[in-house]
Amino acid sequence: MSAIRLAAALALSALVLSPALAVQPDEVLSNPALESRARDISKDLRCLVCQNQSIDDSNAPLARDLRVLVRERLTAGDDDDGVMAYVTARYGDYVLLRPPFKATTLVLWIAPFAILALGGLATALFLRGRRGVTAGADTAPLSEDERRRLDALLRKDDV
Amino acid sequence: MRRLLYLLPFLLFIGVGVAFYLGFQRDPRDIPSALIDKPVPAFDLPPLPGRAEGLSSARLTGDVTLVNVFASWCIPCKAEHPVITRLAREQGVTVRAINHKDKAEDALSWLARNGDPYASIGVDLDGRTSIDWGVYGVPESFLIDRQGRIRFKHVGPLTPQVIEEQILPMVKHLRQG
Repeated sequence: MSAIRLAAALALSALVLSPALAVQPDEVLSNPALESRARDISKDLRCLVCQNQSIDDSNAPLARDLRVLVRERLTAGDDDDGVMAYVTARYGDYVLLRPPFKATTLVLWIAPFAILALGGLATALFLRGRRGVTAGADTAPLSEDERRRLDALLRKDDV
Repeated sequence: MRRLLYLLPFLLFIGVGVAFYLGFQRDPRDIPSALIDKPVPAFDLPPLPGRAEGLSSARLTGDVTLVNVFASWCIPCKAEHPVITRLAREQGVTVRAINHKDKAEDALSWLARNGDPYASIGVDLDGRTSIDWGVYGVPESFLIDRQGRIRFKHVGPLTPQVIEEQILPMVKHLRQG
């Protein structure tokens, strides 16, 4: 009895905890292959109203219009790139959550690797500079007086 | 020389600080339009009921025109309306409008209440033409040159400052061209 209750409770909580979907049932295409392509495309398109959400996540009316538009283009026979091109022709690269690799975005893409390479180079140079230095090589040798005192200390230790 | 090397992280920090300081002053809602210097998208919108003229791409050549995207439910549109009225009536700029996702009776009564400075209005009930224009929030305004190309876009309500400093000089320049 309690096992059934527990299972029911778990099932209920799973239902409650599942994320709220922005995609409304009336938007979903009957063709599952097209619908899954639409979902994938929507996840890469920025909602221009909320800006940090994709149109797949967003409840904004414009996001809904764009989701419907994406599905219309797919149904009309556009390939994925064609749909993306259709939307970017209107809203620019800004709608793409994955910025394209081109001249204006070069710094964006290259910078992390350039900084890593610079850091690596700096580290390598630093380590190479240290390699020639054996421990104590840059310290003056003991003077006669120091040697005698050291010997005395070591002999005292033997006793 | 080696001493200067120790300054490097500090200088980098200053640089990053300056970049952030300037970056955060920019308005993240101000997205550059993909349509600047491109011809207006092909469209043909019907008029409001009881009116003769809607708005189509063919209507946007010949004269420099401001196209204003508005809706009766949009509060900033009401705020910018006196500014647009002045631009059309006193400063002599042709202003046409796209009525964005609005009920016709609401739009008509809004215009009756607030005045109608528009030379013509096209009704974009489903917002599809607005998407073709790259509109992502009303109000938006576009300045169209005589060849029917989009030359300037302003997102959000037009202010007297935007009119004085950006729209009017651009209109003057485009009328010469």
